[in-house]
Amino acid sequence: MRFMLFIHPGLPPSTEESLIPSLEAIGAMSRYNRQLHEAGVLLDVNGLHSPSAAVRISFPGGKPQVVDGPFAETKELVGGYWIIDVKSKAEAIEWAKRCPIDAEGPMIEVRQIFEISDFPPELQEAVWLG
Amino acid sequence: MTPANAARAAIEAVWRIESPRLIAALARMVRDVGLAEELAQDAFVAALEQWPADGVPDRPGAWLMQAAKRRAIDQLRRAERLRRKQEVVGRDAEAAEELAAADFEAALTEEIGDSLLRLVFTACHPVLAPEARVALTLRLLCGLTTEEIARAFLVPVATMAQRIVRAKRTLAEARVAFEVPAGPDLAPRLGAVLAVVYLVFNEGYAASAGEEWMRPELVNDALRLGRMLAELAPAEPEVHGLVALMELHASRMPARVSARGEAVLLLDQDRARWDRLLIRRGLAALERAQALKGPLGLYALQAAIAACHARAWRPEDTDWARIAALYDALAQVTPSPVVELNRAVAVGMAFGPAAGLELVDRLADEPALRAYPHLPAARADLLAKLGRRPEAVAELERAAGLSQNGRERALLQKRAAALQD
Repeated sequence: MRFMLFIHPGLPPSTEESLIPSLEAIGAMSRYNRQLHEAGVLLDVNGLHSPSAAVRISFPGGKPQVVDGPFAETKELVGGYWIIDVKSKAEAIEWAKRCPIDAEGPMIEVRQIFEISDFPPELQEAVWLG
Repeated sequence: MTPANAARAAIEAVWRIESPRLIAALARMVRDVGLAEELAQDAFVAALEQWPADGVPDRPGAWLMQAAKRRAIDQLRRAERLRRKQEVVGRDAEAAEELAAADFEAALTEEIGDSLLRLVFTACHPVLAPEARVALTLRLLCGLTTEEIARAFLVPVATMAQRIVRAKRTLAEARVAFEVPAGPDLAPRLGAVLAVVYLVFNEGYAASAGEEWMRPELVNDALRLGRMLAELAPAEPEVHGLVALMELHASRMPARVSARGEAVLLLDQDRARWDRLLIRRGLAALERAQALKGPLGLYALQAAIAACHARAWRPEDTDWARIAALYDALAQVTPSPVVELNRAVAVGMAFGPAAGLELVDRLADEPALRAYPHLPAARADLLAKLGRRPEAVAELERAAGLSQNGRERALLQKRAAALQD
């Protein structure tokens, strides 16, 4: 089963410079990534640029509308992600718990990635035909 | 999920993550893989008793190690008391004191990579029968339960439990040292390890038994094991070759079977369904293998062939001349009629069906291929391309008669019928 672990830094959009982590934090995060890698569960990992540079495209009335950041709400902004391949949701949670975060605010969200077999049979067929 | 079930799932997840390191570190301390596994198992049982009430500890690995250590010392002290009753002077008391003083927790971090590598080589030791190596590797390195292994290989749980017990006993009786082989022993022993991983992969990718075509769980276990091994032995090109081969083959899984469960052959697969993430990982692993010194081995060559397919966005873009050359190299590393047949098919694709047929016909009397359905099937394909339809139909019918797999047989019959229209 594949899971995506999103990290939400939980920072207000104005604290741009605080998005550049300390040397210590980078070291701890690298060790964590290495641990995932050595256990054979890590498929992919990436950090994302500051949410102030984000752009949102919504579709009011079915037409794309582009809105530039920064955005007021900060809680759900994504700072990066891991894709891991594990045996169960419980295992994905256990790995997420090991993430080296020692501050209030940041949060990790665990989401399962869809596989064809998760769809009902009639939808599977439709996905197949493309 | 009820709270009790959630707690159990969490403990099992911790076990999956921690048990290989725990068993490896314990085996290094007590110098006995079977005992190490039992101590780890006891610690797991203790966790199942305590954690649902107390919660999962902050450092679950260290907790399990402490529990295992206590258990190890208890056992030695009990053995000592028994000997004293028999008025034999024992060394167990001394050993127990040594263990009590030893830093088990440090063993979980210091040289843990080396301990894990020793565990891999021990689990795949040649004193064990191949199926015992597979069972022990899944048990010790993947944290699978005996029930899970039994289910994966479609044997009764009692049979699998027996197999594991016997394997541990064999290792103890043969006094197999807990070590990484060195010198001239390394290459063949590494070959044995890779063979175990590839066997697990293939059992999942092309299930030899049961109703299912593929068993993705086993494929994932093999991938996880292979990726782990690539970090434990990063200087070994064949480890990366095997990882590349498995990632590239696994990338095709979403396209290998239709929504109705029918098998779909490589050239008929919808390549948009191939898993791009796994292709990228497979190509990267192949590059790692190629960057290391020495000629490409068995696995790296097969991975290089798989990479030719992975790089072709459409079947007609496939670099068949390169594939033919790679099969040529593979035939030199591991001569086999099956490799020759694949080479003939690639030659047929690269240089025309007549050239392919000439090579296939040379294999006609090969005893090893007498009951091999892919020989007449490949011949049929080349004959059909040359416009020799009746002969092609006869070959497909012969292939269908030889096939052991119901789904494959249906596919061959369908192809024969299509040629008769």
